[in-house]
Amino acid sequence: MTTFNQTHNPSRPLAQAQQWLRAVSDKLTARNLASTARQLLLPAIGILLFLGFWHLAAPQVETSLGAFPGPAQVLEQSGQLWQEHSDQRDRAAKFVTMQEQRNERILAENPEAEVKIRDYPGAPTFLDQIVTSLGTVLAGFMLATVIAVPLGIIIGLNRHFSAAVNPLIQIFKPVSPLAWLPLVTMVVSATYVSDDPMFEKSFLTSMITVTLCSLWPTLINTSVGVAAVNPDLLNVSKVLQLSFWTHVRKVVLPSSIPMIFTGLRVSLGIAWMVLIAAEMLAQSPGLGKFVWDEFQNGSSQSLSRIMVAVLAIGFIGFLLDRIMLLVQKKVAWNE
Amino acid sequence: MSKPHLELTNVQMAFDTPTGPFIALENVDLKIRKGEFVSLIGHSGCGKSTVLNIVAGLLQATRGGCVLDGHEVNTPGPERAVVFQNHSLMPWLTVYENVELAVQQVFRKSMSKAERRDWILHNLNLVNMGHALDKRPGEISGGMAQRVGIARALAMKPSVLLMDEPFGALDALTRAHLQDSLMEIQQDLNSTVIMITHDVDEAVLLSDRIVMMTNGPAATVGEELHIKLPRPRNRVALADHPEYVHYRQAVLSFLYEKQSFPAKQTPPRTEPGADSATEEADGDAGTFTVHAAPSGRTALAQPAEENA
Repeated sequence: MTTFNQTHNPSRPLAQAQQWLRAVSDKLTARNLASTARQLLLPAIGILLFLGFWHLAAPQVETSLGAFPGPAQVLEQSGQLWQEHSDQRDRAAKFVTMQEQRNERILAENPEAEVKIRDYPGAPTFLDQIVTSLGTVLAGFMLATVIAVPLGIIIGLNRHFSAAVNPLIQIFKPVSPLAWLPLVTMVVSATYVSDDPMFEKSFLTSMITVTLCSLWPTLINTSVGVAAVNPDLLNVSKVLQLSFWTHVRKVVLPSSIPMIFTGLRVSLGIAWMVLIAAEMLAQSPGLGKFVWDEFQNGSSQSLSRIMVAVLAIGFIGFLLDRIMLLVQKKVAWNE
Repeated sequence: MSKPHLELTNVQMAFDTPTGPFIALENVDLKIRKGEFVSLIGHSGCGKSTVLNIVAGLLQATRGGCVLDGHEVNTPGPERAVVFQNHSLMPWLTVYENVELAVQQVFRKSMSKAERRDWILHNLNLVNMGHALDKRPGEISGGMAQRVGIARALAMKPSVLLMDEPFGALDALTRAHLQDSLMEIQQDLNSTVIMITHDVDEAVLLSDRIVMMTNGPAATVGEELHIKLPRPRNRVALADHPEYVHYRQAVLSFLYEKQSFPAKQTPPRTEPGADSATEEADGDAGTFTVHAAPSGRTALAQPAEENA
């Protein structure tokens, strides 16, 4: 028996590989292939058609900054922006090492000496701006969620409160971020006074504007979801004499999770849209400022670079929605 | 039997409607012994569910009241567990967790964690659902879900078990099966049960007493029929038992001769204002399950059968 096993041991991985291959080839049946092809092919055709149209139409549009950029120029500029980013990183790394070397030298001569550590003073690159924007939008969205979900639960649970708050929601919901922004800016500069501020004022302004504009869908969906809990389940909760908190935790919240997440996804989409506008107007760092700076810059490459930003904004928005969908699938019981 | 276990006295239930109060129940009197199995039967909209909801504490009678073991019933509570028509399990909890929610709530202080676990498993085994502990309600059939609903109710150790058409949404075979289980469990535990039903055979087979209600509005108890068939009861043996046939006939006669279905009464306003106490089951006007031949279970009129 042992010899038998030994002789066959080496071939076991092979057998496994064969099995795996068979499983894969089973999946690659004609029908599966066809459906995969259809899934990939049609979107690919759509994108190609769009690129073709763009390529042909763009040169026809003459602006004061030259012809509207086609896909090729935009691709070139995205490479350019990446190059600028990595150059900047190299310079920053050099700056830091030089600074460290100098400080070491100073300390070696005089251990008592106070050394200064400065940040690299270079301008933020396109990628830095993306990171800043993502940070701001997530902060604003989190704040909106923290406000909207509990408030939505209260509104959904209490008919009187709901009636009192409803007109306010209806009025504030359609307000554009551009209208809020000056007010938020003034209030932030008046109230957030600190010698050593933890956050930049511009960050706070954009974040609060994002919050103000994006909390409504979550608020409304949460309240509707909470108000729509199956009455039989409410009766079960009453029969069990669940306390208010247990009732909310065990019955109301799980029941309205699907609705809440629908709201959150809409909110995140709005948050991202609002953020770009807010950054543009408030001159706070981020993608919006990048677009605005390029617009003001008015070089022959500006339009292409703005177009790169436009595509990046769209792509990131799409990714954010996908991430929310994944979270929803993890959390919601009905997925 | 000097003092009744559960007593409804002179109960009136009026609902406010835009066109003035709607009197659903008037002068309902009912005394129930401990361990008695009582069925409420009557035409749609006669307020059977309202009676049950008053006992459950989900509705407050506008006059009169309900006394259980010497205490007036004002609020819902686990000592009057309810089995709802549509199982009403939390769809996001597993079978085990659904029963656990109830056990946790009722026996948090009096039982240790291990005891609670045993008690949950015991009740689920009692209804033969021990095999599906980790399934969600959406993953099991309607009959299974209803079993879990019953297990959840039993797990509260209620003094009265209230059942609102518990088997109404099940197919005939599943229903028969669950009726048999319920009979066994009720006999073992000697629980007091009030059950609403539309099924004449179900009422006769399961009950110690059938309470027949008159047509609404202002419905009240019309007749009471004591079923003195020996237990345990066997549905096949009883099918042509003369007494059984006689009881059946008595119920049918009450329903179709004395209280023949209200001809073209505006469809029983489904208790406006009673949003928490839905009487949706009574919305589908007059669907009584009557089995024609004693042996063949041919249903003349059955509620929409749906088995998830």
